[in-house]
Amino acid sequence: MLNKSVNAISDTYVLAKRNVKRNFRVPQLLIFSSAQPIIFLLLFNFVFGGAVAGTSEEKYIFFLLPGIMAQIALFGSIQTGVGLAEDLNKGVIDRLRSLPITRSAVLAGRTFADSARNVFVIALITIVGIILGFRIEQGYAKFFAAMLLVLLFAYSFSWVSANIGMWLKDSETVQVAGFLWVFPLVFASSVFVPVATMPSWLQGFAQNQPVTQVVNAVRYLAVGGVPNGQHYIYATILWSLGIIAVFAPLAIRMYRKIQ
Amino acid sequence: MANQYSIHAESVIKHFGTTKALDGVSLKADYGKVTGLLGPNGSGKTTLIKIMSSLLEPTQGKVLIDGIDVHRHPNQVRNIIGLAGQYAAVDDYLTGRETLEMVGRLYHMPKKEIKKRSNELLQQLGLEDAADRQTKTYSGGMRRRLDLGASLVSTPKVLFLDEPTTGLDPRTRLQLWSIIQDLVTKGVSILLTTQYLEEADALADKMYVLNHGKVIAKGTSGSLKSSLGVDIIEVIVKQNQLILAQKSLTQKLNKTITIDELTRRLQIKTKNGSDDILLVAQILHDIKIKPEELSLHRPSLDDVFMSLTAERNHNA
Repeated sequence: MLNKSVNAISDTYVLAKRNVKRNFRVPQLLIFSSAQPIIFLLLFNFVFGGAVAGTSEEKYIFFLLPGIMAQIALFGSIQTGVGLAEDLNKGVIDRLRSLPITRSAVLAGRTFADSARNVFVIALITIVGIILGFRIEQGYAKFFAAMLLVLLFAYSFSWVSANIGMWLKDSETVQVAGFLWVFPLVFASSVFVPVATMPSWLQGFAQNQPVTQVVNAVRYLAVGGVPNGQHYIYATILWSLGIIAVFAPLAIRMYRKIQ
Repeated sequence: MANQYSIHAESVIKHFGTTKALDGVSLKADYGKVTGLLGPNGSGKTTLIKIMSSLLEPTQGKVLIDGIDVHRHPNQVRNIIGLAGQYAAVDDYLTGRETLEMVGRLYHMPKKEIKKRSNELLQQLGLEDAADRQTKTYSGGMRRRLDLGASLVSTPKVLFLDEPTTGLDPRTRLQLWSIIQDLVTKGVSILLTTQYLEEADALADKMYVLNHGKVIAKGTSGSLKSSLGVDIIEVIVKQNQLILAQKSLTQKLNKTITIDELTRRLQIKTKNGSDDILLVAQILHDIKIKPEELSLHRPSLDDVFMSLTAERNHNA
């Protein structure tokens, strides 16, 4: 039993390391996965910033940066499925499945490695945000807690993406399909604009879907001024754990049944 | 009695939806030998290998590897098998050494042993110089060798090779053959699928021919060939000796001899080519005819394969 757990941890570590090495040795992926949110941050800040913030003193960047972090979490999770589909097609998954390793290790290794990439991208976007005028207003401890929430949230969506990757099995299709489910979640949320500005039929969805929870929780912890902010922290944690509880077992089952 | 076979598959059936990929395949592979699995594309070779190596569950039937039931105890089986697939499944961005060491860690081998074994394999496979380069700089042959190396890290008892030389140039293919032969002398039991009949001929002791998910023939290369019937002895002589040669050979061998005047060729069909070719040589010597060419053809494995699969396709 103990031996089994030690092996499970070691297998996951070895496979996570493999994927992290890939991220750093094929820097294109890291560069573009960082460039994308930076461009979103710049575009939205300068193009929509005036319209959204209007004449108010408050700068849009304080509203936007927490949103972009949630966007990073979702866009980044697409890569989990893409990477798995690639491994499937190259026969790497067959090789790994012929080894005496813990069933969950290949998927856990992948999702953890993607979290490591997220740490890098989120640190980078924070720096860019600060250059654009963002300030950590509620202290470093709360900001750090906010980042942990984003990572947990991203981790849970990696498991959703893992299912899609193994289901579609083709990395390009996974990439394109990713935008299909990620775009509505990102845009129909409080990522870029307040939910109150949306048509009423959309507000119900936008206010209650998971992305809005994490964005509001990060705004509450990093910037402040969010009424009932505690609620969003709990909601983020519950959504994330719930998503993991559903999608991780599904993904592992799918992995075992790969044909 | 201990288990007699390294691999023992019993009536394996696999359906994908409504297609029957495998329709009751039984196979017995001896210890320390190469067993060949032949068949055209889509005949079920890869499906069978995947089932035997624990990657796929059969719809029905049972597979024992070294006496262990693959589907009851997959991880026990995974500890004693190696698998090298159709494509070289190595990561572009890892070095050769890292690839082997990663696999060693996934077998939970002690660190020291992993180092030692990786070095050993890199040397055996002629990858020492490239060991610390990322595999994206490797040639196709080097990648195959590394892939094979990865399947050997834990010194498997039973090794599955799914078309290990497909797409390689002849020289690299020979290199891989000699590595495979070397493994056999070390006692590894190998199951090899291939589309190249000469490869099966060179390496496999026993072969199974698969078509449409069924075993349509099995046996040694020799027995498969003789199952087709006959050997052919061919003699080429000078134009003016043809009739004399035919007459003498017909008398002494008591067989029908066919002549092709244009190519000055005499053909003798026989069930016992290796004895009869000596007789033919002796007879020709006695009547003082020096043949320009004297040869014995066994039907090639290609002939066997074509005739077997053609029959089947015709029946279907």
